[in-house]
Amino acid sequence: MSEPLSYLGVPLARPKVGFFELSSCEGCQLQLLNNEATLLDFLNLVEIVNFREGMSERGDNYDIAFVEGSVTRKDEIARLTAIRKHAKILVALGSCACFGGVNQLKNRFRDLEWVKKEVYDDFPIETMEVHPLADFVQVDLEIFGCPIKKEEVERIVTDLVLGKTVRHPEYPVCMECKANENICLFELGEPCLGPITRAGCDAWCTSNRRGCWGCRGPAEGANLKQLEEIMRTYGFARETILDRLECFGGFASFADTLRPKAKKSPVTQKATAGRKKS
Amino acid sequence: MKLSCEVNVHHLTRVEGHGNIHISIKNGVVKKAQWEVVETPRFFEAMLVGKHWENAPYVCGRICGICSIGHTLASIRAVENAFGITPSTQTANLRLLLKHMETLQSHILHLYFLAAPDFLGAGSVLPLATTHPEVVQRALRLKLLANDACDIIGGRRLHPTRTVVGGFTMLPEKGALEKIRQRLLASVPDLLASAELFKTFAIPDFSRETEFVSLKGDTGYPFIGGGLVSTDGVVKKEHQYRAMTNEYCQKGFTSKLSKLSRPSFAVGALARLNNNFTKLHPTAREISKFLGLVPVNHNPYMGNVAQLVECVQVVLDSVQLIDTLLGSPWQEARQPVKAKKGEGVGAVEVPRGILYHYYKFDKEGKVIKADCVIPTSQNHANILHDIEALAGQYAKTGKQDREIELLAEMLVRAYDPCISCSVH
Repeated sequence: MSEPLSYLGVPLARPKVGFFELSSCEGCQLQLLNNEATLLDFLNLVEIVNFREGMSERGDNYDIAFVEGSVTRKDEIARLTAIRKHAKILVALGSCACFGGVNQLKNRFRDLEWVKKEVYDDFPIETMEVHPLADFVQVDLEIFGCPIKKEEVERIVTDLVLGKTVRHPEYPVCMECKANENICLFELGEPCLGPITRAGCDAWCTSNRRGCWGCRGPAEGANLKQLEEIMRTYGFARETILDRLECFGGFASFADTLRPKAKKSPVTQKATAGRKKS
Repeated sequence: MKLSCEVNVHHLTRVEGHGNIHISIKNGVVKKAQWEVVETPRFFEAMLVGKHWENAPYVCGRICGICSIGHTLASIRAVENAFGITPSTQTANLRLLLKHMETLQSHILHLYFLAAPDFLGAGSVLPLATTHPEVVQRALRLKLLANDACDIIGGRRLHPTRTVVGGFTMLPEKGALEKIRQRLLASVPDLLASAELFKTFAIPDFSRETEFVSLKGDTGYPFIGGGLVSTDGVVKKEHQYRAMTNEYCQKGFTSKLSKLSRPSFAVGALARLNNNFTKLHPTAREISKFLGLVPVNHNPYMGNVAQLVECVQVVLDSVQLIDTLLGSPWQEARQPVKAKKGEGVGAVEVPRGILYHYYKFDKEGKVIKADCVIPTSQNHANILHDIEALAGQYAKTGKQDREIELLAEMLVRAYDPCISCSVH
């Protein structure tokens, strides 16, 4: 596992990496272990110095920090700031880190006290409005997805090690879905955000006949008006689009424009969500 | 002799989520023995309020990154029970097969990547790739098989795509299922080698009388739905889950806790096995005996062994399930869903124990109330009491701080806790 690395004859440094999690299901980190066929090769690329979920040793001497999860409690801001201080490159790993993820669904409610009471009754519990990492620290690279796609992470990490520029596809999932020769889900009666969601997942859900819920956030120049029209043509309720747009936080500003127009919404819901950018 | 000890583990490693262990022994007397859960709550039950039913399995599957399939299936079952939908035999068989493969994936991950390093004197699985390459390769082979099967049946190993209320969005290719069947049969030697390996591990000698709660198998070893049972003789129906879990909050835990006949109880592989030993496949039962696990076993460290026995169980049962599925032509993948006012419970044995999802819907099928009771939250109080008893047992033995720390860490790991799941 420790022979020197080289690429095209040029010796490469093996970067020290750390994995960290804030509020999350820790699934994105597990996706890395879920990579049995190439796991050992992948581990050869980097030196892991901090990975609480997988190892006992802990070090702060990492070059690259992968941070999963969103910020939902004050102490997480301090943890995140400390990680930022140690890391040369901070990577937001997965939709929770990039956009708030499913966690930010609780931001729909105006009254945080109601949210607490709904789950914990009167037991005192600390929480706050959910934020993505970039609301508190500089994020150098975002890896989208709920969950992240392991092949994509491996490619990105390889690019980082080789010093290449990391690029995300600008086109939508729809393109990948068409390239996979799938029947369009609209034709099968299934709502889908494929036309406006950033590609890179190889149409993971839609190739399994599951409509896209937009976990990777908007593609460049995503056209919400057009999507609304398609959805209307196929007879889907505005609320069906809203459920998907607001699920992971990547389309927060889009969801905001739709929310006040929704036919029915619980009285406790906000007119606008907390997050402004998308 | 050394009669004092200070153990402070902040954010225990090789478990899912954030928990702390504190033990303080002075002159042979336990002053403090604590298990603390500091994970941030994500408020899934509140998130769903006002949402259309189809959001429930999609969002709630994301409670957990290890057992997302189990959460999705429990959520789907709760919705289907609320709407009065009975899954077809084909759907039920495919779901159970998918569940089995998640159990195998999760158990192998825990046994080899999280638990085994303690028994082999390593800090993680990484050095084992050099010192015990055959062990790591075997673990990766088994895990890959399980994950490949999850991809084929559920569409994705993590946060599955094909599993929906009413059935599946798509069915697997029969040829792909046949290949999984062959690989399952070929994995039996790896499982036997795993049993041989775990036979060599020194399981700590500790035991505390415990109430064990699980599903009760009528025909087979239970995983999806059915009656609830405890080793203290409590018997309840699935929809009476609240009477089986009695959740409460306590300082030091951001997760809720549970109790039943005693101040705490345990769920998980050991609980399932203690309650359903006779329902195991004969081969799995033999391996259980070979590893010294016969019910009712009160040593929590044997949770590791129980998981290994269950690996054998799910592999052998999966072969039979695939035979059944391949034996008849594919029926409709999915049945239509009609929402209605009502409430439903879904109880599913996920890798770490029995999981309950509950929803109440209005007449449009919007969520009025949601409740998820997680296996690890049911185990927290029991872990706490085990740590107290463990500290008491070793208070006067003169062990070094590090030895007691390791025993406590291994104890918590034996429960394979999924802490972020428990707080959700």
